[in-house]
Amino acid sequence: MPVVLETVNLEKHFGGIAAVAGVSLKVEKGARHALIGPNGAGKTTVINLLTGVLRPSAGRIVLEGEDITSLEAYRRVRRGLARTFQINQLFLDLTPLETVGLAISERMGLGGQWWRHVGTNSTVVAELVEILERFHLTDVMYARTGNLPYGKQRLLEIALAIACRPQVLLLDEPAAGVPEEERHEILATVAALPAHVTVLLIEHDMDIVFSFADRISVLVNGALFVDGPPEEVARDPRVKAVYLGESLDG
Amino acid sequence: MPSSLVEQVSKHLAARARWKPLEYAFWLAAVASVFLLPGRHLILTEIAWLALFALSLDLILGYAGIISLGHAAFFGLGSYTAALLAKHGIISEPVLALIVSGLAAAVLGFGTSFLVLRGSDLTRLMVTLGVALIMREIANQIPEITGGADGLQGVIVGPILGIFQFDIFGHVSYLYCLAVLFVLFLLARRIVYSPFGLSLRAVKGNSLRASSIGISVNARLVAIYTFAAFYAGVAGALLAQTTSFASLDVFSFERSADLLLVLIIGGTGYLYGGLIGAVIFKLMQDWIANLTPQYWQFWIGLVLVLIVLVGRERISLLTGGVRALAERVTRRFTPGATPPPYAPPLAGKGSEQLPGEGR
Repeated sequence: MPVVLETVNLEKHFGGIAAVAGVSLKVEKGARHALIGPNGAGKTTVINLLTGVLRPSAGRIVLEGEDITSLEAYRRVRRGLARTFQINQLFLDLTPLETVGLAISERMGLGGQWWRHVGTNSTVVAELVEILERFHLTDVMYARTGNLPYGKQRLLEIALAIACRPQVLLLDEPAAGVPEEERHEILATVAALPAHVTVLLIEHDMDIVFSFADRISVLVNGALFVDGPPEEVARDPRVKAVYLGESLDG
Repeated sequence: MPSSLVEQVSKHLAARARWKPLEYAFWLAAVASVFLLPGRHLILTEIAWLALFALSLDLILGYAGIISLGHAAFFGLGSYTAALLAKHGIISEPVLALIVSGLAAAVLGFGTSFLVLRGSDLTRLMVTLGVALIMREIANQIPEITGGADGLQGVIVGPILGIFQFDIFGHVSYLYCLAVLFVLFLLARRIVYSPFGLSLRAVKGNSLRASSIGISVNARLVAIYTFAAFYAGVAGALLAQTTSFASLDVFSFERSADLLLVLIIGGTGYLYGGLIGAVIFKLMQDWIANLTPQYWQFWIGLVLVLIVLVGRERISLLTGGVRALAERVTRRFTPGATPPPYAPPLAGKGSEQLPGEGR
């Protein structure tokens, strides 16, 4: 399988601390790739570097053969790199309808239009309804996002990334903070993502990781520790040591 | 049926942009004032250009979240441009001069928009204030062009479209200002209901997320700032044309500050705030000044403090209180999840804050 997203010796320092220290990661096209590691390992920092929220201190990021290291965040999205956030980043005063509709029209290059009303483009509306249905959001689509239950906000978080029609989707703990009984709904939507979409998943829950991923990378102290298929990673004594050590620490 | 849902959504979206009964009522009242209050046309003229000026601030503050204490920079530039065009007979027809004045302000808006892209609300307040102070001092330092502290005298404005001559009772002035306000209001209304307008509200709500769905945040902010500067320039030009005068006070800090108060009185983010605020502000100023000529600023200050304190409290009791309660309740039932309701404005831009970094 060709590599769709690659980092080369990626580094990020905050003051004197190296949050990410020389990560070279390869994500193959169509992969279900999980990035795991103990708290503070630098997983979210890697995502922030990949998406352009942060600039790397050193190293390169390559998306489909093109260097995107210095590309602005919104341009990376337009090249097919979308993400969700570990902590919801939504437009609280807009409705899910407006939020997803906005993402679709931005993707189609209509976001700068000022001379026609929202909702006059039937292609946008059709896709909007399709996405809202797929993510079980039609019952709350007219409600203010800030008033939605947390589980629905989590679904909207993912729906919004999907509306960008990404080639590569970065999921930062999609089920974080969601009560047990609502988790399956979110995980089902993640599992139902089209096969051609490459997914890089950050997750703490090992059950989710091992049921979802076909490749796992373990990040410890900002560096890649182990990288391989799930069964290989599961057997690796060093990984066990890291996780065992962490659980002993509490 | 999914197709019926598509229809329903289309209808819902179309209904949102439709004119509401109250909007018709507002503009009918404005038209009625032309016929019913002929003796008050002078103050109504002032209300009309102030409303346009406030509409301009609402576009950047209410929709894009850019706060400004120096919006008079654009107002003043528009004012001087219109006065100079008329005085030297370069463009004596007011409507054309109005457009040129607005464009001059828009150029200044575009140039200074890059200063307000980054930074906190406080930075933006200081930067916009600074730009207005600079503009005022420039006008003060070139008295051979602007008339300096004496103001620009001898401005003679030609008839509108070559037909309607301004009169001393303000009849033509008011109709002229009201017509300009209405046309520019229609344009603003179209814009805020468009995908572009929606994207501005998204940028205001969460610029980090806006850029992660492919919105070029900076380009949108530059666009609306430039556009709002055009409106402010036109408002300033209306003042110059209807009074045949321009003075340094068009750039004054008080003018920018008053404007913010107008918008606070009327409310932001629904387009009519600036218009309603302008009506209340001017009438209140007029009424109090008649009552106590020496102390009107004291009373206006008191009223404003009360509006901001009591008004906010009332409004938040009605909407925000319920909302906050609902959020608190939802949060209680979602263990381990207490996300901040809002990302700090422009988080992660220029600063090394880590949005989304959990622990």
